Amino acid sequence: MKRGKALFKRYRIFLFLLLLNAALLLFAPDLGKASFATSFDNLREMLSIIPPIFLLLGLMDVWIPRETMMKYMGNGSGVKGSVLAFLAGSFAAGPLYAAFPVAGIFLKKGVSLRNVFVFLGAWSTTKLPMMLFEITQLGGRFAAIRFCMNVAGILILALVMERSTGEETAAEIYRAAEEMAEGGPGGGTH
Amino acid sequence: MFTKVLYGAAALWLAASFFKDRKKTRLALKKAWKSFENILPSILAVLLFIGMVLSALDEETISRLLGAESGIFGMAIAAAVGSISLIPGFVAFPLAASLQKAGAGYGQIAMFISTLMMVGIATLPLESKYFGRNTALRRNLGFFLLAVISSAVMGVVMR
Repeated sequence: MKRGKALFKRYRIFLFLLLLNAALLLFAPDLGKASFATSFDNLREMLSIIPPIFLLLGLMDVWIPRETMMKYMGNGSGVKGSVLAFLAGSFAAGPLYAAFPVAGIFLKKGVSLRNVFVFLGAWSTTKLPMMLFEITQLGGRFAAIRFCMNVAGILILALVMERSTGEETAAEIYRAAEEMAEGGPGGGTH
Repeated sequence: MFTKVLYGAAALWLAASFFKDRKKTRLALKKAWKSFENILPSILAVLLFIGMVLSALDEETISRLLGAESGIFGMAIAAAVGSISLIPGFVAFPLAASLQKAGAGYGQIAMFISTLMMVGIATLPLESKYFGRNTALRRNLGFFLLAVISSAVMGVVMR
């Protein structure tokens, strides 16, 4: 009973939107149908990308020692760490919301805040498949100018984000990452 | 293509893991499921929200608002639409290309693409789960500024 209640609480926003969409279906059938169709398409796309990502995350969590990640991308990993974080983000696939869980594991493994932000920036902006798409659709000049400005912007922003995050906030972020990876508050398996 | 590589990598690693240590493999699977289930409610809500917004604003409407009236007004709309919505890149780029052919400025297009990819208002709750509200807001604000600056430059350079 208590579990059901917790489940309901977690899914309440989704359920509310589902009801809203169902109401749309009733009162504005065209809009409701289009909305459900779009949502379903997106869901299918998401489900096609997400399984391997989470599988890799689980495997990474179990097999890659924290020390290794810290050495390569942690505090004091210098320029090399940022380059690595940048490449990791650029070679990724999937929308930005798929990047957050990966960032969560990075944090858990002791990757520095700056490199996590570099990773997120690269994932959102300089992803290789998207770059190829941009070149074919909008031209090489357009893509190249945007790329250069974005790389500079990402590096500067990552630095600013790291500097402007207070020690307490940073500690809180790392603590939350630890908790999320263990299945969230109350859901731990230890 | 990249998705296939991802699947291949995951399958290979899983197989190797299974042969090396079954217990660890089970733990990995458990962790994978846990972290997925953890964000599932947010993702489902986000998908439904986007579905409703996108069906209310169809491609034609978006194209009309950005295409005909350019200038700062168009830029502002591009920024708003891009920040709020979450369209996959392989839909966004053809849309951007068709906008460009319809006469929209490069600045507006850059603004739309940049905010679309960097800024996510719909995914803010999800991002906050990992980084806290304050940091998530700061990241979005920072990238929004980057989008504005780079798009303004694009608008001038690509004339």
